[in-house]
Amino acid sequence: MRTALFLVSGILFGLGLCISQMVNPAKVLGFLDIAGTWDPSLAFVMLAAVGVCLAGFPLTKSMLSKPVLEGVFPKRSELPIDKKLILGAAIFGIGWGTVGLCPGPALASLAYGTPKSYLFVVCMLIGMLTAKYLLHTRLSNQ
Amino acid sequence: MEINNFTPITALIGGSLIGLSAIILLASNGKLAGISGVIGGVLTPSARSDMDWRILFLTGLLLGAFLYRWLFDPLTPISLHASTVAVVVGGILTGFGTSIGNGCTSGHGVCGLAQRSLRSLVATMSFMVTGTATVYLLRHTL
Repeated sequence: MRTALFLVSGILFGLGLCISQMVNPAKVLGFLDIAGTWDPSLAFVMLAAVGVCLAGFPLTKSMLSKPVLEGVFPKRSELPIDKKLILGAAIFGIGWGTVGLCPGPALASLAYGTPKSYLFVVCMLIGMLTAKYLLHTRLSNQ
Repeated sequence: MEINNFTPITALIGGSLIGLSAIILLASNGKLAGISGVIGGVLTPSARSDMDWRILFLTGLLLGAFLYRWLFDPLTPISLHASTVAVVVGGILTGFGTSIGNGCTSGHGVCGLAQRSLRSLVATMSFMVTGTATVYLLRHTL
């Protein structure tokens, strides 16, 4: 049951990325290229995903007193809106606009056997580890 | 502005599946389906109980992508045109930025917005602005 729920959830995510073609960097860059021939598809993917969750999250929380397997329902993040958030997201956006892959689609793209998407995922993991190392050393220095 | 390659129906279907995936995960263990966060937790393990769901979810995501290719569309490749240098830089920035900013397109852009989080709205605007600016610079000025 436990294994099935997490696997099915992941499978739906992967299917969604492929059906919507968000796994294709050219499609994503077509959305970000507002000065060229614009492809609004990505906005429709986000709209549908956010819409389904806007209805489904509160419904889930009202039907269940706690998650069926473990844990608690998340509250809205109480972390501040600070430089770290805005700069981090800005840096991510530059990487996103350079290649056309973000973390989810990057993983899903591995199914397409393009060598460069494997390289992208390895570099992304290195970037994540570097950030975590820097944040960790900065925290322990304070 | 010229609109090109717009695929609204598959975008809405794919986006809805991503939303459904996030609802199943939330109902299972109260976690939000932000892919950079799910991967990040694998890179810096905190507790064993917090590890297996991440591996299962990410395995499912990959399986979903492979399933899609196998069942529906084995022939269409993805188009990743960025140079090797761009892929390395873009991958590192994507990993680094999503770690510093605590989220990516799915974490802030889908789950965060669905939680009506102002923090996630700010992050989403930040990566959308730098993403479009980067594509503009790379495609229309260089």
